[in-house]
Amino acid sequence: MKPRTADKVATAVIVTLALLIVAILVSLLGYILIRGMSHISWDFLTSAPQKIRAGGGVGPQLFNSLFLLVLTLIITVPLGLGAGIFMAEYARPGKLTNFIRLVVEVLSSFPSIIVGLFGLLLIVNTFNLGFSLISGALALTFFNLPLMVRITEQAFRTVPKQQKEAGFALGLSKWKIVTSVLLPVALPTIITGTILSAGRVFGEAAALMFTAGMSSPRLDFSNWNPLSPSSPLNPFRPAETLAVHIWKVNSEGLAPDALQIAAGASAVLVLTVLIFNLAARFFGRFIYRKLTASKRMS
Amino acid sequence: MRGQPTNKRLEKHHIENLIGRIYMSFCVLLLIVIIVSMVYFVASKGVANFVSGEVKVSEFLFGTKWSPEADTPSYGAFPFISGSFLVTLLAALIASPLSICAALFMTEIVPGWGKKLLQPVIELLSGIPSVVYGFVGLSVIVPFLRDTLPGQGIGVAAGALVLSVMILPTITSVAADALASLPQNLKESSFALGATRWQTISRVILPTTFPAIMTGVVLGMARAFGEALAVQMVIGNAPFVPHSLFESASTLTSVITLGMGNTTMGSPQNNALWSMALVLMLMTFVFVLLVRMLERRNRI
Repeated sequence: MKPRTADKVATAVIVTLALLIVAILVSLLGYILIRGMSHISWDFLTSAPQKIRAGGGVGPQLFNSLFLLVLTLIITVPLGLGAGIFMAEYARPGKLTNFIRLVVEVLSSFPSIIVGLFGLLLIVNTFNLGFSLISGALALTFFNLPLMVRITEQAFRTVPKQQKEAGFALGLSKWKIVTSVLLPVALPTIITGTILSAGRVFGEAAALMFTAGMSSPRLDFSNWNPLSPSSPLNPFRPAETLAVHIWKVNSEGLAPDALQIAAGASAVLVLTVLIFNLAARFFGRFIYRKLTASKRMS
Repeated sequence: MRGQPTNKRLEKHHIENLIGRIYMSFCVLLLIVIIVSMVYFVASKGVANFVSGEVKVSEFLFGTKWSPEADTPSYGAFPFISGSFLVTLLAALIASPLSICAALFMTEIVPGWGKKLLQPVIELLSGIPSVVYGFVGLSVIVPFLRDTLPGQGIGVAAGALVLSVMILPTITSVAADALASLPQNLKESSFALGATRWQTISRVILPTTFPAIMTGVVLGMARAFGEALAVQMVIGNAPFVPHSLFESASTLTSVITLGMGNTTMGSPQNNALWSMALVLMLMTFVFVLLVRMLERRNRI
């Protein structure tokens, strides 16, 4: 084949395959949303699921997912920030730093089912916390922590060096520079990354099956005492999340409308992740404008 | 002589630094404690069967018969190990060419709107939760395969297809980064010699970025190997080595998912599942090692 013809053929193939990926996504999203949207209603979002009869909703599951997300972020954000700041600003090249980097890498590539099994062994059985929200949140911490460390480290690395030097020139302590000079500049990136990681946590199921459990007790949404067993806020109750519910309905659902429930719940899940994506972009830009002087410049 | 105020400020300065250091050391230490205890707990459970003499390592790894409830139970995990490798390799084979083309499209062919079109697509694809992929696989891919090809629809082919869509974003984003960071003058000198774009891509760009692209492929395979629920939904979960792509099979993850809740802790059957978890964990180390080796080659 002449080089010119080969070039044209290759270009055509590459363009076709790239557009194929776009087509896959469009049809995937279209399928999930169109099939699911018809099943989403206020009743579906708030009512409890039915075991055998049709017409169950995903109310408790949706609440569990959101509550679990909040619990996880409360634990992982400060821890991830600390380790990430260390990696970006304090760690000197050497064996220890290499080792920590390896730890983060390995931890973030562990399959989520391994994280779930470890949670089952350590938190559920050894610490005797049982299948509970708090067990789930801790398992998700193992899952989310390496991600937070990376996000924080990358965010700090993008801060211009001059900012730090200016801080030193003013005679500030290193920790003061980190918290009052670098952190505000890095914050928009960190927040964007955190919201994106929240999307991942929201959709996670394998790590939660063995830690947060696969059932939800009857919840009394008028009872806000966090220590009562029927209260939605009690962190020591078992909690099935939306993603786990989708898996359960698909593999062992007995309700006659199991497929519709799975479709509706999938649509809710995907929509939430989409909202997280948009929120990440919006918040990142908003906070960047709030915290820096870029408002005046533009 | 130092004045009082300076001294005070120095003290505050030191205390601040100290608190910061303690806080950070705690966070880093926690990471190390997590990983050490993770390896320790899974490994100690995983070798329990081998230590007690219940199952031999060779029988577990290469035995093809999985019947833990029979009178003379056998714990051969080979069908699951081979199933995991099979779907992972197939998924990589399907996804890699697609991803590399997408990356080339974004960086070489139409860098402007190509990137604007594909970047959000890739991000969205990677954000979709795995159970949703499983649901779509179950309600679209499985019926499609059932109607057009022999077999029940569920099976290795369905698993590999679902996984290949799941790992597309991983490979594409790594490959696109690698292509974008290629020095511009390499390309320019190739064009200056009169090479066409495809000649430049196939003889200059792809060979130079090969280790980096392979890093993406390995990362994608690592994800596919550890993916549990989406595969479990569509693969059929039969404990045999499949004879064709359209037969049911199992992977390590799917067996663990289904079995862990239904077996009693500490029984040989349960411990065999932990041994599978240990295999998964060891494979993760292999993948991380591979990625590190490829990155080292990439640097030279």
